[in-house]
Amino acid sequence: MGSVTATVAPPTGAHVTPWFRTFGAIAAAGFRRHATYRQAAVAGLCTNTVFGFLRCYIFLAAAGAAGTVAGYDRAQLATFVWAGQGLLAVIAIWGWTDLADRIRTGEVAADLLRPVHPVTSYLATDLGRAGFASLARLVPPLVVGPFFFAVYVPRHWATVPLFLLSALLAVVVCFGCRYLVNATAYWLQDVRGPMILWTLGSGVLAGLYFPLGFLPGPLEAVLRYATPFPSILQVPLDVLVEREPMSTGLTLVGVQAGWAVLLLALCRLVQRRAERRLVVQGG
Amino acid sequence: MAERGSASRVAELRAYRALLGAQARSQAAYRTSFVVDLVGNVGATVFDVVTVLVIFGVTRELGGFTLRETLVVVGLSSCGFATADLLVGNIERLPRYVRTGLFDAVLVRPLGALPQLLLMDLPLRKLSRAVFGLAVLLFALVSAGIDWTPGRVALAVVAPLAAVVFFGSVFVLTATVSFYWVDSGELANAVTYGGRDFTSYPVTVYGGWFRALFAYGMGFAFVSYHPALALLGRADPLGLPPWTGWAAPGVAVVAAALATLAWRVGVRHYRSTGS
Repeated sequence: MGSVTATVAPPTGAHVTPWFRTFGAIAAAGFRRHATYRQAAVAGLCTNTVFGFLRCYIFLAAAGAAGTVAGYDRAQLATFVWAGQGLLAVIAIWGWTDLADRIRTGEVAADLLRPVHPVTSYLATDLGRAGFASLARLVPPLVVGPFFFAVYVPRHWATVPLFLLSALLAVVVCFGCRYLVNATAYWLQDVRGPMILWTLGSGVLAGLYFPLGFLPGPLEAVLRYATPFPSILQVPLDVLVEREPMSTGLTLVGVQAGWAVLLLALCRLVQRRAERRLVVQGG
Repeated sequence: MAERGSASRVAELRAYRALLGAQARSQAAYRTSFVVDLVGNVGATVFDVVTVLVIFGVTRELGGFTLRETLVVVGLSSCGFATADLLVGNIERLPRYVRTGLFDAVLVRPLGALPQLLLMDLPLRKLSRAVFGLAVLLFALVSAGIDWTPGRVALAVVAPLAAVVFFGSVFVLTATVSFYWVDSGELANAVTYGGRDFTSYPVTVYGGWFRALFAYGMGFAFVSYHPALALLGRADPLGLPPWTGWAAPGVAVVAAALATLAWRVGVRHYRSTGS
């Protein structure tokens, strides 16, 4: 008997329209699920606001009397920080262990029985969550920041749509990374180790603790083009504050798209490998 | 409670030791993860220090302080925070205990609620972080060119201890919020980790009411900034008198008293979320 898992192609020819409908329904469920945690969203906003003030003051002090540092002027730094605090919640960089928990408890077996590929269904849920977060978590810091700091408003009309595309890709890239970190549970059971490495690495390398432009030029270039980390935070922020000409912004978003495709493919590959060795305990 | 014999106290200590031992064994059970955890936890504090170094890579001074001077501030902050996080940081899991009802089980046992919570998941992996924090402080104190006097030596010992007590109190105080607001989520982080970041830089970096609130309203300026000024022999650019450098122990005691009070009131206010 051949094994039946979610990653084995379904017997009948797949149609595109039902696929989109399923994807949309799962995403909508993800949106609704997170929209119920309103108190947690408010608490998170308070935290983002405090860190917005902290980072903003520190970076502005780094800009000092000269007023510019690493290609950012004071207003650009302020926008970078406040938009970054909002984006942080949209990409949900930390704290997602749903998949790892389900692998450890064996509940993941239910995911494998569904007629939707687990990577697809988790991605849809995550996009729904990000949709809610972009309303509840991204907009408030963008509103609060300008009350206390002079912020940078994009000059070029194309910047805003490019930022939105870049933010969407950031969500997908971040999801891909988180899925891979969670999927180590198939082999390790306890994902605390990989999780803490991810938490640390992503914060520094994505440009959250400091804009990567603060690093020596060659190091920043390597991080930008050879690792996915800047794609989850720094790139959309650089696009928003127009740190570089539009052409560079387009290139960076292209790199982001490349990482998104690559990571999703890797997630599917890892998932496939994992299913071959997964043993769910119990009857 | 007062007339309790020494025999029962010994039994109590034995119970705490059993809790701690069980924790140590269970955490070491997944050995690879534990080692990665140890390394990863150093990483958190390492990156805090790296962030300061990177920022000094693009500027010569921050808020009127050089790198060597700032490192004393960083050292006091990270040593104090990391040690407090090791000893009491676990309390930040209280919201989950309250939400899941696990706190009920804690309350019905014949041991103190707070020590139980702390021992139930004492994060031994954070040991590495506390050691690194201490190393940063020692390095900063040696390299800052401090003009050592008996008073400054005493301050160099007392200030980190006061920082541990202060951060520990902050952890407990913020955790008690979850007795009133079950879904407070990451709100506590704003003050605990926010406080850590705030105390990692000279307060001259900040401005306006934000500085007034965090530095003096909540007392974070006395954790690392003012003791560092006293150690370095610098006058406060913001104009506070020199004795504020020695206020750290007093502020820590006040914070600890407030935390104890808040905890007692909070536990009394606690109502189970139900089955």
